[in-house]
Amino acid sequence: MVEGRLERARSFGSWLHGVGPVVGLALLCVAGTLLNSDFASLDNAMNVLTRTAFIGIIAVGMCFVIISGGIDLSVGSMAALIAGLVILLMNTMAGWMDQPILVVAIGMAFSVVLGAAFGLAHGLLITRGRIEPFIVTLGTLGIFRAYLTYFSNGGAITLDDSLSDVYSPVYYTSLAGVPIPVWVFLLVAIAGGVILNRTAFGRYVQAIGSNEQVARYAAVDVDKIKVLTYALLGACVGIATLLYVPRLGSSSPTTGLLWELEAIAAVIVGGTALKGGAGSIAGTVVGAILLSVISNILNLTSIISVYLNAAVQGFVIITVAFLQRRK
Amino acid sequence: MNIKSIIFGVAASVVALGAPAAAFAQNKVNLGVAIPAATHSFTAGIVWWANAAKAELEKEHKDLKVTIKTAANAGEQANQLQDLVTANKINSLVIFPFESAALTKPVAQVKNKGVYVTVVDRGLTDPSAQDAYISGDNTAFGKVPAEYIAKALNGKGNIVAMRGIATTLDNERMDAFNSVMKDYPDIKLLDAKYANWNRDDAFKVMQDYLTRFKQIDAVWAADDDMAVGVLKAIEQAKRDDIKIVFGGAGSKGMIKTLIDGKDSRIQANVSYSPKFIYEAIKLTAEARLKGEALPATTIVPSVLITKDNAKDFYFPDSPF
Repeated sequence: MVEGRLERARSFGSWLHGVGPVVGLALLCVAGTLLNSDFASLDNAMNVLTRTAFIGIIAVGMCFVIISGGIDLSVGSMAALIAGLVILLMNTMAGWMDQPILVVAIGMAFSVVLGAAFGLAHGLLITRGRIEPFIVTLGTLGIFRAYLTYFSNGGAITLDDSLSDVYSPVYYTSLAGVPIPVWVFLLVAIAGGVILNRTAFGRYVQAIGSNEQVARYAAVDVDKIKVLTYALLGACVGIATLLYVPRLGSSSPTTGLLWELEAIAAVIVGGTALKGGAGSIAGTVVGAILLSVISNILNLTSIISVYLNAAVQGFVIITVAFLQRRK
Repeated sequence: MNIKSIIFGVAASVVALGAPAAAFAQNKVNLGVAIPAATHSFTAGIVWWANAAKAELEKEHKDLKVTIKTAANAGEQANQLQDLVTANKINSLVIFPFESAALTKPVAQVKNKGVYVTVVDRGLTDPSAQDAYISGDNTAFGKVPAEYIAKALNGKGNIVAMRGIATTLDNERMDAFNSVMKDYPDIKLLDAKYANWNRDDAFKVMQDYLTRFKQIDAVWAADDDMAVGVLKAIEQAKRDDIKIVFGGAGSKGMIKTLIDGKDSRIQANVSYSPKFIYEAIKLTAEARLKGEALPATTIVPSVLITKDNAKDFYFPDSPF
C-alpha cells in the first residue's frame, strides 16, 4: 500500500516535472487574457512568437551545449557582431554588383558560416586549449561586443535602403498566416529534437553531460562531440541573426544585450539541468515562449508599476522552476 | 625671425633655465577630459566630439595639451582621474561623470590639488567639488515635444510614450512632458513604458501598444534610437492612425529624414547633442588660456528642430 502510494507520488512528481513549464505558460495565458482580451488575438500571438524566434533558436542550440555540461555566455555579443559584419559585407558587395537578391543570399549564408566558425573556435579553445567554457565564452562576450563597437565607431551599422527593401520580407512576410521567423523557429526546434533524441550524436551529448569519464571509457570521442555542440550553437546564433537583421536593418552596441541570459533561462526554465546530462528541446521552446509572454502581458496592462517589470519576470521564472524541480 | 618665435624662444629658455614658470602657468593649459566609453550611439557621439575638440583646439593653441580618457564604469573613471593628476599632470579637467554620487569625492580630490574642474551633463552631488557646470537641458527635452505634439493635435487626442532607463535624467524629461500635458485635459497619455533607449525594446513595446490601443494619434519616442523601433513596428502593423512620431536628441539619421521630408510622421525633433562636450572643452580651454573662470552654470539649451533649421543640426561624420 505504502509503496503504491509512493509510486503514485513519484509518478505525479515526474509528470509535474515534465509539464511544469507548460502549466506555467497556460496559467500565464489565462492571466493575460483576463487582463486584456487582445492578448488572445492571433495578431498578438504571432507578435510574441516572432519576437521569441531569435532567443528560441539560440536556446535550441544552447540546450545541446548545456546538456553536454558546457555553457556559452557570448551568444548575445556574437549575434550583434555577426549582424554588424553581415551588414558591412552586404553594403560593400552592393557596391560591386547590381543584384541585391544575390547579395542578401550571400549575406544570409555568411551569417550561418560565421556563427559556426565562432562556435568552432569556442569548442577548440575549450577542448584542445582545456579552458573552462565559462571563461572562454566570458572572454569572447567582451571581444565580440568590443569589435562591433569598434566597427560601428560606437554608433549603428545600418543596411543600405535598397538592400533593406529586398531583405525585410524575410522578417515581415507570412506563409499561411504564420511569419517566416516562426516557421524557421519551428523547423530548428524539430531538427533539434530529432538530433537530440534520434541520433548517435544526440545520445553522446547526453552521455557526456551525465558522466564525461564514463563516456570517454565507452569510446565516445568526447572532444569532437563537444566541439560540434558549440559549432551547432554558433550556427543557431547565425540563423537567429539572419532573421534579426531584416527587422531593423541595423546593429549597434546595444544589439543582443543580455540575450545569453534569456537563452540560458529559457533552457533551464524548460526543464534542462544546468549541470547537464538531460534536457528537452520541447521544454526549451516552451521556456522561451514563456519568457516573452511575461513581458508581453506587462506591456499590455498597466496594473503593475513599470518599475517592477523585472521583478514580475523574476517571480514567474522562480515559480516555474519550482513547479518543475527535480525529485 | 618673427616676434612670436622670439617670445616662444625666450619662454623656452626661461623654462630651460629652471626659472619659476609661474608667470606662464596661467597660460599653459594641460587639460584632462574624462568621459564614458562609446557603448551606445550617444556616448559614441560624446567620444567623437571630444576628439574633434582636441584636434581643433590643439591646432589652434600651441599652449594647450588635451588628454582624453574613456571609462566603462564609475570605478575606472575614478582611477583615470588619479592617473590624469599624477601621470599627466593636468591643471584643468573636463569630466562627464559616469555617476553623480560615486564620482563626487574623486572629483573633489582633483579640485583640492588646484585643478580647475568643469563638470558636464550629470551634476555632482556636492557642487563645491566643481568650478563650473555645463549641461544639456533635460526639462526642455520633455517640454519641447509635449508643446509640439499638443499644438499639432489641436489639444485633443491619444498619445503613448517611451521611457529610457530609470534615472533622474529620464524622470526630469517625463515630468516636464507631463507638466505641459496637464494644460491639455483632452490629450490622453495612454501609457509610458521603459524601452531602455534601445531600438529592439522600443519595437516590442510599440508592437504591444498597437495591440492594446486601437487609436493612437502621436508617439513620444523620447529618443531617436527608440523612434527607429517605433516606426518599424507601426509599419509592420500597417496602422495609419499615428500622425506624429517624436524622437529626441537629433541623431544624424533622423535629422536626415527630417531634411529630406521622407516620413510624414517625423515632423520635428529636439536637440540634445553630444556636441555639448565639444562646447565644454572649448569653453574651458579658452577661458583657462586667458586665465579666466567660467560662469558657475551654463545650460546648453535644447531647442525645437524643424525642417527649417535642421541643417544646423546635421553632422554626417559623427557616429550619432
